[in-house]
Amino acid sequence: MNRNEMRRNILRLLGEDGRLTAKDISERIDVPAKEVQAEIRRLEAENVIIGYRAVFDDSELPESAVKAIIEVKIRPEREGGFDKIARRLSKFSQVSALYLMSGGNFDLQLEIKGESLNDVAQFVASRLATIDGVLSTSTHFLLKKYKESGKLMQEEEDHERLKITP
Amino acid sequence: MNGSRSRHNSKVEKNKKKSLIAPHIAVLPKSGIRDFFELVNSMDDVISLGIGEPDFVTPWNIRESAIYSLESGKTHYTSNLGLFSLRKAICSYMSSDYDLDYDPVHECIVTVGVSEALDLVIRAITSPGDEIIYHEPCYVSYGPEIRMAHGVPVAVKTYEKNDFALDPDDLEKAITPKTKAILLNFPCNPTGATLTYEQTEQIAKIAVRHNLIVLADHIYTELTYGEMTPSIATFLGMKERTVFLHGFSKAFAMTGFRLGYACGPAEIIDAMMKIHQYSMLCASITAQEAALEALRSGKKDMLAMKADYRDRRNVIVKRLNEMGLKCFLPEGAFYIFPNITSSGLSSKDFATQLLMKKKVAVVPGTAFGECGEGFVRCSYATSMDGIKEAMDKIAEFLKELKAGKKKK
Repeated sequence: MNRNEMRRNILRLLGEDGRLTAKDISERIDVPAKEVQAEIRRLEAENVIIGYRAVFDDSELPESAVKAIIEVKIRPEREGGFDKIARRLSKFSQVSALYLMSGGNFDLQLEIKGESLNDVAQFVASRLATIDGVLSTSTHFLLKKYKESGKLMQEEEDHERLKITP
Repeated sequence: MNGSRSRHNSKVEKNKKKSLIAPHIAVLPKSGIRDFFELVNSMDDVISLGIGEPDFVTPWNIRESAIYSLESGKTHYTSNLGLFSLRKAICSYMSSDYDLDYDPVHECIVTVGVSEALDLVIRAITSPGDEIIYHEPCYVSYGPEIRMAHGVPVAVKTYEKNDFALDPDDLEKAITPKTKAILLNFPCNPTGATLTYEQTEQIAKIAVRHNLIVLADHIYTELTYGEMTPSIATFLGMKERTVFLHGFSKAFAMTGFRLGYACGPAEIIDAMMKIHQYSMLCASITAQEAALEALRSGKKDMLAMKADYRDRRNVIVKRLNEMGLKCFLPEGAFYIFPNITSSGLSSKDFATQLLMKKKVAVVPGTAFGECGEGFVRCSYATSMDGIKEAMDKIAEFLKELKAGKKKK
């Protein structure tokens, strides 16, 4: 297996299960654990792997009881285009994700978490909308989560399956 | 008066003695490990490495197509040969993925699983007494299918020393004037064996030299982890004598849909169609619609499942070898066929004791032919967690077995 293939395999496996150890991965892809460990370090150093976290149903966490997607129209700056303002917005701890979007009537899409409707509304009205360069905002509250990061919130039911088949 | 009565009585007597079952069916062996299967199925909390089907549920786009076809009222018979759109899709898949060109009008038939395709082709080509050669250990139905068609099954052994590939010389030795066909299944259930290009080429030459038909059961071919060996049908002089048998069960995780197909010479497909028309009419339209979607956009999911199988294969082969159950790294299917003779147990005892003591199910190698003695089949179509737990338990089992022997 060449190095590129190994990198792709490591990312594929960690993308499915971030808890896998270098040894686990080594057994799966038949590459010595030391080499896998070294490659993971490199991926981390290169910021390809940015972090590890559990995917869970966070509806019971009070600080993220309310989530919203906010479409933001901005005025690109003469120097730095969309980046400067996007970077600025992404630094708010309330913003959990931020993307530059194509099409539509807006430029940035933000995902916001807050304790209450009021909390989120407050953030949008007093912080987001008042930033120089933000032209307009449109807020969509999320009602229910069915799937995240490729994981269904509710797994499919188990079915009767033969224990031995030829 | 008396005379006629006694004649009548003797007739009744004679009828009584007559078996209800046709002789060629009565002699079919009942799988010797049936009791073992029943034992496993009666137990709870078994980790099973005994399952010959994907553990994945059919990808959603395929299921959704089946549902949509029902919603839109597609609940009727299709053409005997199968939906023309599906046959066209199958033939273009044959062309793009196997480099084989078939005509969807005359050279392709859709069947109820590859099992039916195999049954049809064996019935279509076999006259009573014709010999059909296949390799053992093999899938359980080959021998019985041939017998049911009044043919004579001729098993050629494959060996551990050859990683269970069919040795072309062994094959040629088994050929007699009565030989009609050779049945090949590589990647192989239960051994995971594959054939090299050279071996396939040699077998092709033998088939041409002896003017034999080749039945190529390709059901596991998508699940080839190394480089895929071209189908024997692509070799010189082979397309006109090869029936390519395939289905959706393994590659697309669609076992329950029961959908297969055969591509081959128009003359054979036409004969198969007659049997199919009278016995089955057509495959389920819902399954056919699902299969169409699988061919149109199922590749990405199929490759993702294959990547998972490959990871599991590496883990299970490493663990089994570490604990002294020798096995080669198979290049296809989802089975490992380790040698268990170091345990001192027969295949059946190994499987039964492992099940009773550790609740791990594997299939005794003898289920796939007598030459499977000394081996068990471990399927890795089960979750990685299940595989790891099963491996830990098999290691414990072997340790305890060793300790028990020492005490004695």
